[in-house]
Amino acid sequence: MTTRVGVVTFPGSLDDRDAQRAVRLAGAEPVALWHRDKDLHQVDAVVLPGGFSYGDYLRCGAISRFSPVMDTIIEQAKLGMPVLGICNGFQVLCESHLLPGALTRNDSLHFVCRDQKLRIENAETAWTRDYSAGQEIVVPLKNGEGRFVADGHVLDQLEAEGRIVARYLDVNPNGSYRDIAGITNAAGNVVGLMPHPEHAVEPLTGPSTEGLGFFTSVLKQLVNA
Amino acid sequence: MARVVVDVMLKPEILDPQGQAVQRALPRLGFAGIADVRQGKRFELELEGPVDDAALARIREAAETFLANTVIEDFTVRVEEEGK
Repeated sequence: MTTRVGVVTFPGSLDDRDAQRAVRLAGAEPVALWHRDKDLHQVDAVVLPGGFSYGDYLRCGAISRFSPVMDTIIEQAKLGMPVLGICNGFQVLCESHLLPGALTRNDSLHFVCRDQKLRIENAETAWTRDYSAGQEIVVPLKNGEGRFVADGHVLDQLEAEGRIVARYLDVNPNGSYRDIAGITNAAGNVVGLMPHPEHAVEPLTGPSTEGLGFFTSVLKQLVNA
Repeated sequence: MARVVVDVMLKPEILDPQGQAVQRALPRLGFAGIADVRQGKRFELELEGPVDDAALARIREAAETFLANTVIEDFTVRVEEEGK
């Protein structure tokens, strides 16, 4: 049976098609999920894509977090379903309190768009097991509010529990505390990532194909489960 | 109609780059002597019914769960007096 990976479209999502494409290239079946539909249509995992849901009104991800589909995703994530939030999706996961901390305005105040080098710090999450710990990859990054913040106690806890999934290398593009590009929950099934692995899955359009590992990782996780 | 105002501000320990940018622009415009600027949000809620304890409790709940992200923001709730 083909693994089904849902990709949610909120009003203002931009990268849902690219995320679907990455899922397909990884060998799974992408399933379009609609924000107003509580039903997850028997998917095995969910990607919350990048974009500007609800125009980033109120706070990035704050309104999407209360959409009907998120009620079901929050419930299933707590039961262990793999969920990957990319960029705006990461913001939605923080607003949902599935992940700690928050994403705030870049310290430079500029929208940053660049090919970004990252180091994979935790290769044991549902979304990173096809990488090795310490592996360096380059994927696109594009955000205006990508600065990860949390209080010192939370940051120490994330470090101690190995829950920092990826860190920025060479350049910290947005002022994120401790160069954090991505984190996971304690169970390792929910991952939030500010850069965009779904834009680095084909040589024609990406700076590398090193983003594909996030999508093949979850496939392996689900097949072995 | 009764009005309740919810003010939301970034917590003091959270960097406010927008406020900093405003603060840096002020002297250029000839507004001297302003040591710091923090930028926040103000919500004006018009109530259909009276402002009683129950209504204020619900508004505090809305502020806590939705209008503010208490990971990074503080909020205050106050009733705006009639006739002002």
